[in-house]
Amino acid sequence: MKNNNTINFRFMFLLSVAFTLVIGCEREFSDDVEFAEFPPNGDVFIDTFSAGLDYFPFVDAGADPEAFSVETEEVYAGDAAMRFDVPAFGNGFVGATFNTTARRDLSGFDALTFYAKASKAASINSIGYGISGETNNKFQVTANNLNVSTRWEKYIIPIPDATRLISETGLFWLSEGASTEEDEGGYVLWLDEVKFEKLGTIAQPRPAILNGNDVEQEGFLGIPLQIGGLTQTFNTVSGDVTLLVQPSYFDFESSNNSIATVNELGLVSIIGKGEATISATLANVAATGSLALTVESAFEFAPTPPVRDPSDVISIFSEAYQNVAVDYLNGFFIPDGQTTQGGAPPLDLNGDRIINYTDLNFVGIGFFDDVAPINATEMTTLHVDIKVNETLQPGDFIRLQLLNAVGGSNETSGSVSFDANTFTTNQWVSLDIPLADFTGLGNRTQLGLLFFITDSTISDIFVDNIYFYR
Amino acid sequence: MKNIIKYKKVLAKYLPFLIFIVGCETDDQQTVARFTELTLSEEFDTDGQPNPSIWGYEIGTGENGWGNQELQYYTDRSENVTVQNGVLLITAREESFEGSSYTSARLVTKDKFEQRYGRFEARIRLPYGQGIWPAFWMLGADIDENPWPGAGEIDIMEYRGQSPTVLIGSVHGPGYSGGDAISKEFTLSNDRFDTGFHIFGIEWGPEYVNFYVDDVLYNQITPEDVTGPWVFDKPFYILMNLAVGGNFVGSPNEETEFPQTMLVDYVRVYEELKIN
Repeated sequence: MKNNNTINFRFMFLLSVAFTLVIGCEREFSDDVEFAEFPPNGDVFIDTFSAGLDYFPFVDAGADPEAFSVETEEVYAGDAAMRFDVPAFGNGFVGATFNTTARRDLSGFDALTFYAKASKAASINSIGYGISGETNNKFQVTANNLNVSTRWEKYIIPIPDATRLISETGLFWLSEGASTEEDEGGYVLWLDEVKFEKLGTIAQPRPAILNGNDVEQEGFLGIPLQIGGLTQTFNTVSGDVTLLVQPSYFDFESSNNSIATVNELGLVSIIGKGEATISATLANVAATGSLALTVESAFEFAPTPPVRDPSDVISIFSEAYQNVAVDYLNGFFIPDGQTTQGGAPPLDLNGDRIINYTDLNFVGIGFFDDVAPINATEMTTLHVDIKVNETLQPGDFIRLQLLNAVGGSNETSGSVSFDANTFTTNQWVSLDIPLADFTGLGNRTQLGLLFFITDSTISDIFVDNIYFYR
Repeated sequence: MKNIIKYKKVLAKYLPFLIFIVGCETDDQQTVARFTELTLSEEFDTDGQPNPSIWGYEIGTGENGWGNQELQYYTDRSENVTVQNGVLLITAREESFEGSSYTSARLVTKDKFEQRYGRFEARIRLPYGQGIWPAFWMLGADIDENPWPGAGEIDIMEYRGQSPTVLIGSVHGPGYSGGDAISKEFTLSNDRFDTGFHIFGIEWGPEYVNFYVDDVLYNQITPEDVTGPWVFDKPFYILMNLAVGGNFVGSPNEETEFPQTMLVDYVRVYEELKIN
């Protein structure tokens, strides 16, 4: 009883103090009750590194760690700026993230801003914030190809949804280098007054998934799909800004969770037969773009090739054997009239790769340019698994052509044709073709190209397990 | 009722400022204007076509895109002008129509409502984007006999969609029209005109036009400021339109999103309280 009284008295005393204080500063309770867990400090680099900030160059990726320095001559304001010496082509690149040891609460800001200038007009490959090894870059934001001029100008990189940024360490990152001889390099880039700000002028959000496209495709039981093409576009006082953003900024939704589910990373799991559409919102704004899936069956894979002694196989494309390096799975010989799409990259069905050629008229798999050609002298047979994904017509054919010594004066080639009777719609067919049947090939010491030719009679095929064996 | 209370608050806020300005005038006999008598209260409370007894339309492309090489074709179709949920919607669309690539609407009170002096204001949420040009403005009611710029023009609100924080208020008259208009910009800080409603208005009396937005009086134009005769002592009528392209804003580009809609919550006009 006595205790209770004391408590009551204390409580009343505290209450009266609190009351006095509130009246004293003419504030309402609601202004004070919410505390940020981490300091809401938006400074990154004003005249020096902000509290806890450190420099982490992407050395493992080939970035030049010496490229960054603190500049005291060429500054926008104050007495220091960030300086990046972008190397000439072939000498590495500028790549680094600036992270803090102490976490920051960035939820009160709406953009990362900075002033930048360069010793010559340039386009910064990538710049943004949110790199964090700890969270697998969960909230990474990237602006690509940001054009900077030779005078100081302010740049704005908006925050897709600031409410998510309550515990951040990755305050700023960039990557810029000469990717070709023609690309600009050997110049200096300066940044100053780098900080998060509440501008109040970041508006008109237009998020997108799948780059804003409404995609319709067939899904297969057990084969997950990743939703990509994630962007957020804002209007700023200097026009639209489009950012590449991570799935964690989005809320994904499936129209039918018994057919397909989608997790917070945009990974779609296909669990039932029927139809489901995946859509998304970002900060309660509906994203353009959707994925409409029709699921009719489990995916039918090509027959698994038998175990063979490695010396009996030269594999071009298979999960069963060690593959040799190839230049490409689709040479895109557009000037020669090629219409074929696909193979760049191949489909990845839970780790099993399959080539899907569409709009097929002809397509070449190349292994002669940047890689060693194949010496198949010791091999006897070419194996290919093909599934025709359309109704077959009389007159349809697939011709396989091999080229030896591609581009050389001694180039030779041979081909073997298969008519419609060889194939069955929507079923895998295994072809084992004696190399001797490729008449005209001459020798096969430097095989460099394998063509699939249909002259558009068959336009959609799956291809798997391409290898020579004996 | 609620709105009227709000209006009074706003008035009270800048009334001291107004007194200050009047205090600076050379004519000490001038009295403080109290524009409190409502003469037009268009609240857009009825869905569908705006009240035909107040609003008419200008249709088509005018002469040379309404004198400014504007790109839109003005219609009175509900796709371009309608009232919904208590708000007037003027919508600019990208569509092929009568030889133009865009459609929109231009509402006028010509021959329906005109007034000399007073407080003219509208509560509007503006559209945005390169080449988008909304306006809330007035022309001298004698324009048929006294062609522009002789008739006079008061631009209460003009805005370029590519500059979503910048409002422009102007007067045009003989000797100070088009690019030579007497004009002032007002830039919102930490906010934009396309993300919420703002009140755009003037208080206009003999020998002055005061321009304000929300509770900020940002300009006063008097006969001393204009480089020609003062033509603002006669009745004017109201125009509201959403133009696309033209000399003032430039053409839309690939970033410009269509449709774009200008939302008008109300248009109100007051006249001076006659004390005597």
